[in-house]
Amino acid sequence: MKLVLEMFIALAEQNRYRIVELLRAGPLPVNDISTRLRLNQPQVSKHLRVLKEAGVVGAEARAQQRVYELRPEPLRDMHDWLERYRRVWDARFEQLNDLVVELVEKEKADARRKKKH
Amino acid sequence: MPVARRSTNRTVSEVVGDLELVITRTIDGPARIVFDCWTKVELMTRWWAPKAIGVAGEGFTSDVRVGGKYRQVLRTHDGGQISFAGTYLEIEPPKRLVYTTIFEPRPEAGEVLCTVTFEEHAGKTNIRLHEKFPSKETLDAALCGGMDASLDQLDDLVASLL
Repeated sequence: MKLVLEMFIALAEQNRYRIVELLRAGPLPVNDISTRLRLNQPQVSKHLRVLKEAGVVGAEARAQQRVYELRPEPLRDMHDWLERYRRVWDARFEQLNDLVVELVEKEKADARRKKKH
Repeated sequence: MPVARRSTNRTVSEVVGDLELVITRTIDGPARIVFDCWTKVELMTRWWAPKAIGVAGEGFTSDVRVGGKYRQVLRTHDGGQISFAGTYLEIEPPKRLVYTTIFEPRPEAGEVLCTVTFEEHAGKTNIRLHEKFPSKETLDAALCGGMDASLDQLDDLVASLL
């Protein structure tokens, strides 16, 4: 669970989120990320460090440069968590909807009864 | 731009920023009735506990005025008790409601700020619940607040039906 929370914070920053979206297409070195997102390299390195600590990305040395790639498991954990939260609310809202429909029907019935009298 | 989004059925949950969640849903009835269901204790009792995941309502109180308090006591399928309490900050029937929520077993985690808006269109109401968590600890409390065990049970039940 802690991992999920770390990830929320890691992804909450907009540029970090953009980096994650970019890496969905495949692994990239730092300079490619900074060129494509028009961010300076130290900035990108800083964001990558946060993402790496949260377990969202991994780094690999390839031909004299470090290539960053998305690690799928943590993102899946986060979606699982969000799905659970959604289900708690979905269960509630199903009941709320039944209740509201019942109250609307009751109002209509009351109005009809009043009309008759 | 949401950081993450889940949407199946009609309830949508999204992470929209640093420790902020948004849940949306359309309800088949006018906003004034939905607002009553959200605030009047005799109506709240009838829907707040998510029975589908094995959670039952045990006691609700609600003093709907600015500065008034509410409390919700729920019981999970394994007999565990969880309770939430808070204060109403803004009451604008039938459009908007702002209140705080504390997870009582862990009050040190701080208050969640909840803003609910009810927008009516053609007899239906779009609900948007925005929850702002003050810290990782509160989010943690909300997530591990006893309901997870019930969800596991629901997963088992669904799996056995498939």
